[in-house]
Amino acid sequence: MTQGKYNIGNWKSIMDYDEYLTLKPYEQGGQEKRRLLSRRISDLVCLHAGRCPEYRRMLEVDGFTKEKNDMVAGGKLSYEDVPFLPVRLFKELSLKSVDQDEVVKTMTSSGTTGQAVSRIYLDRTTSMNQQKVLAKIVSDFTGASRMPMLIIDCPSVVKDRRMFSARGAGILGFSIFGRDKVYALRDADMGLDVETVEAFLQKHQGEKILLFGFTFMIWQYFYKELVRLKEQGISFDLSEGILIHGGGWKKLANEAVSAEEFKRALAEACGIARVHDYYGMAEQTGCIYMECECGHLHASVFSDVIVRNPKDFSVCGTGEEGILEVISSIPESYPGHCLLTEDIGVILGEDDCPCGRKGKYFKVNGRLKNAEIRGCSDTYEMKR
Amino acid sequence: MGKGMENSIKYVLGSEEILEAMSGLAGREPFSEELLGFCGEVSKELMKTPAGKNYPDIVTLGFWLRRGSTEKLRKRFLVEDGNIHMGRGVVFHVAPSNVPVNFAYSLFAGLLCGNANVVRIPSRDFQQIRIIVDALEKALREYPNMRSYLCLVRYGHEKEVNDRLSAMCDVRIIWGGDAVVAEIRKSSLKPRASEITFADRFSLAVIDAAKYASSDGQEKRKIARAFYNDTYLTDQNACTSPRIIVWLNTARNKREEVAATREEFWKGLWEIVEAEYTFQDIQGVNKLTKKYLLAADAETGVSRSRLPDGVDNRLVCVEIDRVEKKAAGYFDNAGFFLEYVTEDVLNLAELCNDDRCQTIGYLGAKEMLLPLIKAGVRGIDRVVPVGHTMDFDLIWDGYNLAERLTRVVSL
Repeated sequence: MTQGKYNIGNWKSIMDYDEYLTLKPYEQGGQEKRRLLSRRISDLVCLHAGRCPEYRRMLEVDGFTKEKNDMVAGGKLSYEDVPFLPVRLFKELSLKSVDQDEVVKTMTSSGTTGQAVSRIYLDRTTSMNQQKVLAKIVSDFTGASRMPMLIIDCPSVVKDRRMFSARGAGILGFSIFGRDKVYALRDADMGLDVETVEAFLQKHQGEKILLFGFTFMIWQYFYKELVRLKEQGISFDLSEGILIHGGGWKKLANEAVSAEEFKRALAEACGIARVHDYYGMAEQTGCIYMECECGHLHASVFSDVIVRNPKDFSVCGTGEEGILEVISSIPESYPGHCLLTEDIGVILGEDDCPCGRKGKYFKVNGRLKNAEIRGCSDTYEMKR
Repeated sequence: MGKGMENSIKYVLGSEEILEAMSGLAGREPFSEELLGFCGEVSKELMKTPAGKNYPDIVTLGFWLRRGSTEKLRKRFLVEDGNIHMGRGVVFHVAPSNVPVNFAYSLFAGLLCGNANVVRIPSRDFQQIRIIVDALEKALREYPNMRSYLCLVRYGHEKEVNDRLSAMCDVRIIWGGDAVVAEIRKSSLKPRASEITFADRFSLAVIDAAKYASSDGQEKRKIARAFYNDTYLTDQNACTSPRIIVWLNTARNKREEVAATREEFWKGLWEIVEAEYTFQDIQGVNKLTKKYLLAADAETGVSRSRLPDGVDNRLVCVEIDRVEKKAAGYFDNAGFFLEYVTEDVLNLAELCNDDRCQTIGYLGAKEMLLPLIKAGVRGIDRVVPVGHTMDFDLIWDGYNLAERLTRVVSL
């Protein structure tokens, strides 16, 4: 391909992202959001095409030229037209758009297919912007003041500060919303540290408190323990708490726990009434999709979700199930601005959720099934 | 034999008693009247069952087993050199788990060469397996003597069972690729036993662009069907399925002309794919991933091929400008094709100089491939016309099975 070569090394933003970051997360909808985000995404396409040769060649194989990208910036096309990278690529390749000495953090996630691990390289700017965006999104739900925070996990999960697991990154990311942080689980056996939790609740009696953890951990090590303690006459009152949890439902689906059942059971066990799930991934840290009071996951102005038809990757209409693509305005150090997940879901609506937040709202329905294919070469599963 | 081990073997045909007695059986004369008669009987049963008509692979098997076809095999493979040739004894077959009828070809190869056979068949309950077992049962009523020569078994991956069957056989045939070969090899064979292994292989198609272009409409439809059968019928995942399509521009036409020819070829294929191929949602993501991995790696140009309008994720083609050895690392299945146009067949030498390279399906004159084969490449075991890559023969994957499955009594 000769036409539409991307400039290398002289990327200059046409848009001031610092200014973008001053926007409130859920006030722009419709065309306005589409225009803003399209301009930012076309900026990022240019940046990564210039600095990440692998990414540039991916654009080229799809015939996504500089001219097309200019049309995204200009509004004739949008970020829906930008090539999207399967998240699995971050397990196979080291994709980065900065020099290694600019990398301040490497995030890892076990993500989709088991053994292989995604490696996401963050420079200072991207890492800071992740924090800023996360703060904007979460404070829309929790308010701006920092609350006493109970982390439903064990302290060792955040030990190595340079190599973050998705769990560790999530906890550290959310920690900025709390003060007086306490871990509810013990390192040794993941058991509930009853004394620490009791002391924490005693100290902050009558205050609003923030609880944070991963969906499965909360259910397995917190909720089940609360139920057991209750039978022994020990109970905690968390009616002033706000619980934020994420990490997905896959493990809980095996126990047949639905989102509704999760909320109901927790409320019964400790009186907690405000529970927000979120959808997000290590490959796009910062841009999380929070569940509102109506039970809908919301895209903020900093990101978007597109549902694609598995057959031809065309964009599905509202109510139509497909593969989720996630758009993030943040990543400058790795080409993770348009990613095709292996999750399936459906757009429920746009700009008209009864909670009042603008932008798309959606539901995640699960994960794509592995293919069953014919052929001579077996996938030999070892007997254990 | 360990106590209780017999319980982990499920006999789909045969029994524990038959299996126990097998190692005492003498080999028979290959291609004997009785063997051919039995195969003919199975063929008749396969051809007449109404259920079989829905499965082209059953029809093909039935055709391969009919008297006329096995007679030809006898002519080709029965060695008349004054010596006596006999089956080696017991053949233990580990069939691939994802192909419904492959086990039957392996079994009949063993049987026609005069051996008793124990076959580990796929655990998946393919309808084709039921049809074949049914036909075998019926044929056994006519040929009760053959009963002691056949056991079809299912078991998990229990090493104890692999150990037992490996220890009793004279030849072990392992299908299923590298991982299975490695696993089964943990079980040792008798000192004089031998082994035939079918490792991971890849295949390609070489099409004379001018030859395709000059075919008429009906021929082009036939070619599309033939190519579909070579590829999509087994999710393009058999070792014989072409993963890369090479357009040999022998006529040295302009590249634009070749491009138009290619587009026409894909259009013909697409018509069948669209109507017949069952797509699984994850496959689009898999192919997109492979395409980008290839693009990320290839410093030389990789471009998306021009495909007809309306083609969706069921058919993905990526054109590469240079065929390197590592291209094989980007092969995929379920309708993911690399495409390469060249004027010189010797440009394939690097790719084919790989012992994983198995079959070339060709369209045009076979001779166009000779310079490549004679160049001395490590790969290429078979050269067959497009549409016939799946045709089973006693020469397979570079082995003469008839020779490997018999012994010679020198007189």
